[in-house]
Amino acid sequence: MAGNVGTVAELVGSNEQTILPDWVELQKKAGILQTGRITESELLSQSRDFLHLLRDGLAKGGTDAANAAYAPAKQLLTEVSRTRAVQGFSPSETATFVFSLKQPLFNTLTRNNSLSPAQVADLTWSITVLLDELGLFTLEVFQKSREEVIVRQQREIAELSTPVVKLWEGILALPMIGTLDSQRTQVVMETLLQTIVDTEASIAIIDITGVPTVDTLTAQHLLKTVAAARLMGADCIISGIRPQIAQTMVHLGVELNVISKATLADALAIALDRTGRMVTRKKASSISDQSRVAAEKSQ
Amino acid sequence: MTTQKSESVEIRSSDDVVRVRQVARTLALGAGLSLVDQTKIITAASELARNTLDYGGGGSVLAELVEVAGRRGLRLTFEDKGPGIADIEAALKDGYTSGKGMGLGLGGAKRLSNEFSIHSKPGEGTKVVIARWK
Amino acid sequence: MDRIPILKFGNALLVTIQVDMHDRLATALEEDLTTKIVDANAKGVLIDISALEIVDSFIGRMLDNIAAVSRILDADTVVVGMRPAVAITLVELGLSLTGVKTALNVERGMALIHARISTSDSEDDDAEE
Repeated sequence: MAGNVGTVAELVGSNEQTILPDWVELQKKAGILQTGRITESELLSQSRDFLHLLRDGLAKGGTDAANAAYAPAKQLLTEVSRTRAVQGFSPSETATFVFSLKQPLFNTLTRNNSLSPAQVADLTWSITVLLDELGLFTLEVFQKSREEVIVRQQREIAELSTPVVKLWEGILALPMIGTLDSQRTQVVMETLLQTIVDTEASIAIIDITGVPTVDTLTAQHLLKTVAAARLMGADCIISGIRPQIAQTMVHLGVELNVISKATLADALAIALDRTGRMVTRKKASSISDQSRVAAEKSQ
Repeated sequence: MTTQKSESVEIRSSDDVVRVRQVARTLALGAGLSLVDQTKIITAASELARNTLDYGGGGSVLAELVEVAGRRGLRLTFEDKGPGIADIEAALKDGYTSGKGMGLGLGGAKRLSNEFSIHSKPGEGTKVVIARWK
Repeated sequence: MDRIPILKFGNALLVTIQVDMHDRLATALEEDLTTKIVDANAKGVLIDISALEIVDSFIGRMLDNIAAVSRILDADTVVVGMRPAVAITLVELGLSLTGVKTALNVERGMALIHARISTSDSEDDDAEE
């Protein structure tokens, strides 16, 4: 059998002139070039490279995709798959790269006169198994790459949706909107702490008006954020705790041993007071006062 | 998966714990980890190195810069031939701040890593593997 | 063996940690500080960790210990300059250093210590009357 596989390696090598164009044709038929994300010459060169690496694999490692001889081929598939995942190709479009190679290979086997029908059947099966495994490998890499894209996008959304605002000298506000999961907490903590350093803030008001529910996990995330800010010398005030949230927290036995206020305005008042400031009203008249005075004068 | 760089460090004294941090730092930089991620994995490495020293009677760590499916990362394998851990679940619970518990820092190291695995049997030593990916 | 220098600033002691400490150095620092708080009758200890890239549980516990011991000796400990990445990591480790006062930098830390010193001084004055 090994001898037969060696033969396949030779056949692939010597029949490249027919296999390669047939294979590229089939990929084109599947619509790969219509997406406009890859040019024909790129497709040709990727396919040619893979064919060579496949031939090497067949020559040294038989039809076992797990064999170390297939590492270079898998490396190429990894690159192809990752690029396609990031460029927005679909899973099928990506897997077609490997699966559409079957037909041209089988054609080469059947056209060859030195192999018996039994041998052809045998080799057809082994190659099917091999290419299926390589195709699945391609899909796995594709999947992982897509997940990375999603994670990155989630992070970007998290950053965009949690701006850290400087309310006053030394006072920051974090209006949180949406659920607070562990990944988002990471982003919030990093942004908050860096802003504390940059603005030398000593108070951070975390407003959770826009957070739908506060369960034990969310509370833990909030507490982590508060603890981290404190390590940097900044105290936190939590504002925007709605009545329902307060109740849920009591029912769950969640304790936030941090100063909390109902509204951002209340929290700001405390923050101003703590940083030694006072709000006073100006004596100068308002516009309505002026018009009233003018009206009285004209009478 | 390919290993691009690896370094082994013997852990026999507290000076070695510092060395482990240095090695972890170099490889973390090589893997291109963000500053926060670097800090996390180096701190986790420090905790585990300390465990190896204090509870494992000394041992070693293999630090590797690896790449899987195009993604780079740092993997650290700590091994010792110490008494081993009887109740791994209990060991993973925290015990620092209260002063109780085994205080092994395992729970902390786990939270600071993307991947964590532990094999330990009383009398057979302990092996802990952590990894952080870009 | 090198020891970390401790400076005296009026009623306060200032320590700047600039190296990745091995355990012996950390333990020596704890001992030295304890002695010096008594010798100098210090009311405050300021520990500047702005140069530290890594703070693990050993160092974290050292800081906790120093704060606890100095409290017994009637002095305040303030840790300043913690880096964001370090703060995030410590919290994840489960070490919030609740027994330790913190401030953003040396300036703020000193202000905290002096505020505390002046209130206790005025308390002493009240007591004497």
